[in-house]
Formats: sequence, structure tokens, C-alpha cells
Amino acid sequence: MKPSPALGALSMALALFASGPALADGRVQMPRDAPPAYAAECGACHTAYAPGLLPAASWRRIMAGLDRHYGSDASLETGDRDRIAAWLEANAGRGRRVADTPPEDRITQSSWFRREHRRIDAAVWAHPSVGSAAQCAACHGGAAQGDFEEDDVTAPAGLPPSLQRSLRH
Amino acid sequence: MPEAFPPVRARRHALSGPASAICALCVGVAALLVAPVASAAGTTPAQQLQRFAAEAGRPGDAGAGQAFFATTHGGRWSCASCHRSPPLQAGRHASTGKAIDPLAPAAHPAAFTDAARVDKWFRRNCRDVLARECSAAEKADVLAYLMSLKP
Repeated sequence: MKPSPALGALSMALALFASGPALADGRVQMPRDAPPAYAAECGACHTAYAPGLLPAASWRRIMAGLDRHYGSDASLETGDRDRIAAWLEANAGRGRRVADTPPEDRITQSSWFRREHRRIDAAVWAHPSVGSAAQCAACHGGAAQGDFEEDDVTAPAGLPPSLQRSLRH
Repeated sequence: MPEAFPPVRARRHALSGPASAICALCVGVAALLVAPVASAAGTTPAQQLQRFAAEAGRPGDAGAGQAFFATTHGGRWSCASCHRSPPLQAGRHASTGKAIDPLAPAAHPAAFTDAARVDKWFRRNCRDVLARECSAAEKADVLAYLMSLKP
């Protein structure tokens, strides 16, 4: 099924008018020009986060300390490091939502993140099919594409119905 | 009792003929696609073991590797904290929870087939577990252990 020309033109217009990577609602655009090393290296250990989820200052600090990266050595070759750092900073969050650098430059400590997840039961994070708050895709199946729409949230595999209720608010 | 499960047999018949020819073609094409990649990565677990053993000046010791793998070397984690023990099953990142492919070549044929990746992950993960890089002898032992594992 071919997309209609009108739809194509509309989406192009929307892309042109989008002011920054962080859009309203639950979408944080994943730029298409990610260096291949981004998914391969960063995505080996955690969700390859959309750059719009943190401000540039946070990305700069994170990329300057990869040998001590939240308790792990995540060091990269200089070339990959520089390419990824430049891309993250160029596409970093700019809106009101990500204006402040969160504690420890953690996405999960951002005020917007805590607000959006305030009703999630602690047992959901600890559930074996989630593991940690870094596992966005456990509930947000479209996380790698920047889709965090609440309507698209699905319950992690095996989560008891009593806990599933806390995913809806 | 060949007549016991006619529906299954019927399905099998449906897959013979043109469908099986297409499957054979797929396998052939897949082999062509995979072969150059494997040779570009350019190594095998056996070659990597040989490399570390040569550097260490002694062969790898699977028993020592098994003990090394399961030990927390004065820190928080052992190799098995993320890779499980035995690492024939998918592992899980101890802090993020992300799934990790099985480390044993018998369970994950792509393991240890890219020398640069082998060096990179030994460097990072040894620093995580031991707060230093591993010696060639330690790497030879661990690899000998991993290659000894059978599903």
C-alpha cells in the first residue's frame, strides 16, 4: 500500500516545522543519522536512548567519562566516541522539559521522567521481565524509535494483573 | 504407527516439493551472505584461544577458567553475574537488565569470531569485575572453559 502524496507532503511539512528533537506528548524523535556505532556500542548494554531525552551538558559529561559509566567500563575508540558525542549533543533535548541536567545525568532521575512514572509500583521495576528503569522497551515497545506514547504502553511479559493497573494513569 | 497423526503428515506434505526447494535456496543464499561476513570478522574461538595461549606461554586451563568465571575477585560482580553459570543461556546485564547473547560458542556461534570485539569486551568487562585488565593466561583459561561447554 503506497502512502498518499498528500500524507507524504504533510509529514514532510511536520518534519520541517518540528523545532527540536523533543516533541510534545510521548514522542521523542530518533534522528535517522545515528552513527552505526551508537546502537552497536551503547545499545549493547541498554536502550539506545533518543538524544532528546537529555540536555547537551549531560551528554557531554557522560561521553567524557565512559571508562566509569554508571559502574561499568564503557570505553570506546576515540573515533567512535567523538562521532557519537557530536551526534548526541547536536540532537540533545532543548525544550522546557529537558532544560535542567538531571541528578547524575540520569534520564530516570529527570523530573519529567519521575512525574510520568510516579504511579508505577516499585514491584514493576523489580519484575524479572523489566529488571531496571533503563529497560524502556519492557513497556515501551517503540522505545528504539522514540515512541513513548502512553497509549502504546504494553505490560511486560508475565506481569501480574494487579501490577498492570499501575501502568495506566 | 504412521497413521496416528494424519494432520501433521498432511502439513509435512504441504511443505515438500516447491516449498522445500525454496527453503533449500534460502539456506544457500544465507550461507553465501554469512560466509564473507565470517571471514571478514576473520577468526574462530579456537584461533583466539591459540592467540592468548601463545601470549601466555601455556595452554588454557578449562578448570581454572571455570573457577575464575564464577569468582567475584574482591569486587561486586563475577563474570557469571551477567553471563550466568554456565553461560549456555542468554545472560542479563547486572545493572540495566538488558539481555546478553550466550557467551559459550556452542550456544552462540557468533561468539569470539571478531578479534577486535573479543579484545574490547575482555578489556571492559575485566575492568568491571577485577578493576584491572585480564592477563593473557586468564583469557586463555576462560576461553578454554567456554569452549568446553556443550548444550
